[in-house]
Order: sequence, then structure tokens, then C-alpha cells
Amino acid sequence: MDNKIGSLLKGPIIKKSMSETLLRYLVIILFTFTIFGLVLFIAGKNPIRAYADTFNSIFGSFYGFSELWVQMIPIMLTAVAVALPSKMNLINVGGEGQLFMGGWLATWAALTFQGLPKIIFIPVLMLFGFLGGALWAAIPGLLKAKKLVNETISTLLLNFIAPLIISLSVFGPWRSAESAAYPQTPAFVDAARLPVIPGTRIHLGFIFAVVALILFWFFMKYTKWGLEIRAIGGNPEAAERMGIRLQWYILIVLCIGGGIAGLAGMAEVTAIHGRLRIGLSQGYGYKGFLLSWITGGSPIGILLMAFVFAVITSVGDTLQITQGVPYAVINILFSLILFVVLAKPVLKGKKK
Amino acid sequence: MIFIFLRGVFSSSLLTGTSLLYATLGEIIVERSGIVNLGLEGILLIGASTGFAITAATGSASLGLLVAALAGGVFNLLFGYLVVTRRANQLASGLTMMFLAFGVSALIGRPYVGAMIKGLQKIPVPVLTELPWVAGSTLFNYDILVYMVIPVAFFVWFLLFYTRWGLSLRAVGENPTAAFAAGRNPSFIQYQALFVGGLLGGIGGAHLSIALTLTWSELMTAGRGFIAIALVIFSKWHPLRAIVGALLFGAAEALQLQLQARGSGISPFILEMFPYVFTLLVLLIWGGARRMAAPASLGRVFHGTE
Repeated sequence: MDNKIGSLLKGPIIKKSMSETLLRYLVIILFTFTIFGLVLFIAGKNPIRAYADTFNSIFGSFYGFSELWVQMIPIMLTAVAVALPSKMNLINVGGEGQLFMGGWLATWAALTFQGLPKIIFIPVLMLFGFLGGALWAAIPGLLKAKKLVNETISTLLLNFIAPLIISLSVFGPWRSAESAAYPQTPAFVDAARLPVIPGTRIHLGFIFAVVALILFWFFMKYTKWGLEIRAIGGNPEAAERMGIRLQWYILIVLCIGGGIAGLAGMAEVTAIHGRLRIGLSQGYGYKGFLLSWITGGSPIGILLMAFVFAVITSVGDTLQITQGVPYAVINILFSLILFVVLAKPVLKGKKK
Repeated sequence: MIFIFLRGVFSSSLLTGTSLLYATLGEIIVERSGIVNLGLEGILLIGASTGFAITAATGSASLGLLVAALAGGVFNLLFGYLVVTRRANQLASGLTMMFLAFGVSALIGRPYVGAMIKGLQKIPVPVLTELPWVAGSTLFNYDILVYMVIPVAFFVWFLLFYTRWGLSLRAVGENPTAAFAAGRNPSFIQYQALFVGGLLGGIGGAHLSIALTLTWSELMTAGRGFIAIALVIFSKWHPLRAIVGALLFGAAEALQLQLQARGSGISPFILEMFPYVFTLLVLLIWGGARRMAAPASLGRVFHGTE
């Protein structure tokens, strides 16, 4: 690797000019795609064919390209769910569980309030989706606010309980009678389905995600609450002495984060599946966590990197179909990018 | 009837608890040196896949076990490069390594899906297996890893609390700056802790694939790595308490399987929730006391040696 690339791989990610940051990411991405190509080559596959196939499937058709945007929706939302609490040094690893519970409560609403007109039904579902995630996040929120259990471990543990609640429901009371072979709820009525762009699967959730990113940015930058959150993140004890009610902030910020992840679950259920199924999430919560982390919680960074993550996912799909590689292998490419980003020196400007 | 039931629960709680305990012991060593490895799930997968692949390819389960342990150790060194040398965030690095392991283990295990292996040899305990109520069951007829796990726990305890190495390791976990001032090399010690922890994690993973299930399937560890991380807290970072924790968790899982097999009215999903709810409750009850038990510098990045 020549020195120029070397230095591009190393410098601190944030606090540089936009174009420099972009260039840096581009180099990282090219670099990791090359390494992953080598891995494929060693595994006896043809990396050039694989990449060409992927390129074709993404850019060869409008539908293929549109699928990228579909992939971005849940991870952008779960990334915000992590980024907001991270501003006050709360580590929310529970996006996965919060997403599940948002989908779960939205499903309950969709099955219960059948007959509402669409214009009312969708907001109701959004409310319940948000509520599902928020209430699930309230558990670690309360435990943390009362200084009983660290939020990292409690959010993590709850991730394993949430899918079991889904299983309990779809194998039990909510199980559809007409598809007895396959555990899932009955299909939602049309009024409970999120609108999609015709000919694609891009749904209203994309707007949720973009609005969440914009609100997050605005909130942190221009509101009193954003300022106080940053104050708590800087020095919680000082902030408390200034009269900021720390416990409430912990609870509410975690709940809002959880609610946003819950919206992702609600969108998946009402737009993509149209019913509740077990395989609701492809690790979206964890990917959101990493997305938030490697972009330092910057809204524009989340948007751009979500696109890259979506491309990686579609590489995985293509590899599975055309090269007979297990889908999980795509995690290698995914983690290589993270690896390079993480391997940057953390000592900003202190010492080389 | 009830006796057979209890015998089944006890016997399989030992079996399922074994891999958990190896993983937990490994994580305790790592966390005692001040590093949280959320990627433990990945180590288990690496151990399970390499162990199975080598066993299937060579026919030797012992060789499989050895390679699995080494693979776990080496994989943890890679994690060490991120968190010790590059000083990256430990949680994000751990999850990154977990995703890397998802992919690598799928690639390693792919050619051997459905392969038949002999697995680690069962060694019956001479007299005990012939006792009237025991004969014909799986009780006291285990592989070497099951017999070794409690001695290993005691050994880890001895290592951490009664050797110079353990003292340095804990010192680094409590206060790396002070350890450095006392002439220790925190980075080197953390690498050592990670390697040993990885060895144990690799063994834990291998036990799943080459002793317990005799199969490899993608993501077969199913969250056991995370349970082990919870167990570390449950056991307050102490190897001997981890024995109790791992057996309890093994029993919970065994009970669930037994109840399921007997067609009890309780939903299997509720039973599956039990370990996680239980851990959460234990953490809740211990509340503030936990803080005293955790290594003081756990999760912090150490900048001070340069």
C-alpha cells in the first residue's frame, strides 16, 4: 500500500472537510472490496464475476436499484435509535429487540383496529410501533436511571426475549388459520399497509427514516434539550448540579431511541411482510448500532453509510444466488469495512 | 418417572453447561484484564466450525479440538489488534468481530454441512455408571471436556488469584497506569489474556459441534456467547461462582428440553426466555453491589504507555 492510501486510511474520521471524509471512505470501501475479492478467490470463487453480477443486479434494473433503498430504511432508523442515546453516553445495543417489539405492538393494533380508514390507521400503527419500542426501552431506561443495571447488558439481554415474544404470538393466539403450515399472523387489511412507490418495495418508512435523521440533527443542534443532552454527555455530574434532571433524561432519551427502532419494526411489518413473521429482522438492530458507531452518530454519515451497507447486503444476495456462497459470508465484507474504520488511531492529534 | 426426569435434567445440564462454562471462564480472564469482548458469540462459532471441519476432514476429534482452541485464540488476537493496539471502542469492535465470525465460520463449515463425525470419545466413569439407577443413562458417561471443565475453573481461579501473572492481569484491569508504573506492560498482558480467553472460547464452541450435537450449522451457537457474557456479570467476575451460574443455565436449558419432550403445557418460548429474565433479575437484585465487583478499568481505553 503506498503512503497516500496509508495516510487516507489512518486519519481521524470526523472534523475534516467533507470531500476529504468522502474520499477516505471511498478508499476504505475500495480497499475492503479488494480484500473480500481475495477471500472469495481463495474460497474458489470468481470475484470479478461476483462483483459484475452484483453491479448488474443493482444498476441493471430499476427494481434492483430500488431494493437498495428498501434495505436502508430499517438500519437508518435503528442507527438513530443508537445515536441519540449515545450523545449522552448511553449505549443502546437493544435496537434489535426494540424493533421486534415495535413490530409486535403494531401488529396487535393492525389486527385489532381493522376497519379504520387508511388515513387514520397508518398514524395509529405508527403510534403503536413507536410505543412498542419505547416501552421495551423503558425497562433498561428505568434500570439505568435508578442506577441498578448497566444499560449495555440489559438492552442486550432484552434482544433475546423480544423474538421469543414474537414466536409466542405467531405460534399461539395470532396464528393464521389459513396458512397452518407456516407460523405467521393473518395478512393485514389493505388500510393497514404502508404506501409504497408503485413497482418497487420502497415504502413510507423511508420518509420516517429521513425525517428521523433531520429531526435528530435539528434537535441536537438547535434545542435546549439537545444542548442539555450534550451537557450530560460531556459531564453528567456537572449537568446534574446545574439542575438538569438526569434520571428523566436517561429514561426519556432511551425511550425515544427505542421508539424510533420500534418504528422500523412497524414499517417492516406493515410494508414489507404485511403480516407478522418470525424472520422480521436480519440483524438490523446490530447493523444500526455499528452504523451509528462508525459514523460517530452524524446524520449525514448515517445516510451515506446506510447506502454502502445496503450495497453490501445486495452483494450477499447475488453471491448466494450466482456463486452458491452462504449468505452469512457477506458478513466478512461488512465487518472488513468496520475493521478498517475501527483500526484508525483514536488519539486525535495527541501522538502518532 | 420423576426420577428419570430429574436424571435427564441433571445429565443434560452438565452437558449444555460445559460449553457455557468454558466460554464464561475465557471471558472472565479477558474482562479481568479490562476488556469487554462482545464478540464472544463469534469465538464460539469459530471454535465450533473449525473444530467440526478439522474433525470431519481428518477423523480426529482431538486434533479438531486443538485447532478450534488455537483458532479461538488467534481470532481474539485480531480483536486485540483493534482494542489494544488501535485502541478502538471495545463494544463496536466486539460486534464487528462477531459479524466477521458469522461470515468466516459459514465459509469454513460450508463444505462439511451434513458430514458424519465420530466426535470426542465418551469415557464412562468405572464404578458409577454401573450403579442401578444410573446404568443405561448418559449420566457419568461424558467426553473429556465435561470432566475437565470444573478443574479448569479451579485452575483459572488459581491462575488469576494466586500467581504473579494473575496479579499483573488483574492490576491491568483495575488500573493500567499503576500497573505500567510498576513495570508491567499492559498491552502485552491484555494480549495474553485475550489469547487464553480465546482458547477457552474456542474449546467451548468446539464442545458444541464435536461433542454435543455432532453437527455444524450456521449460527448454531444461538446466542450462547451472549449468555456467557451475562454469566460473567452474574458470577461477579469470579471463576468459581461461574461454575454455579453455568450449571444453573445449563439446567434451565435442560429443563426446557425435557419439558418440551414430555409435551408439557408450557410454551417452549416462555421456557426459552427464562435464562435471560433470570439474569436480568439477578443483575437487578445485585444492583449497586455489582459496581464494586467489576474491574475498575473495564471497557476503558488505556492511553498512558507512550
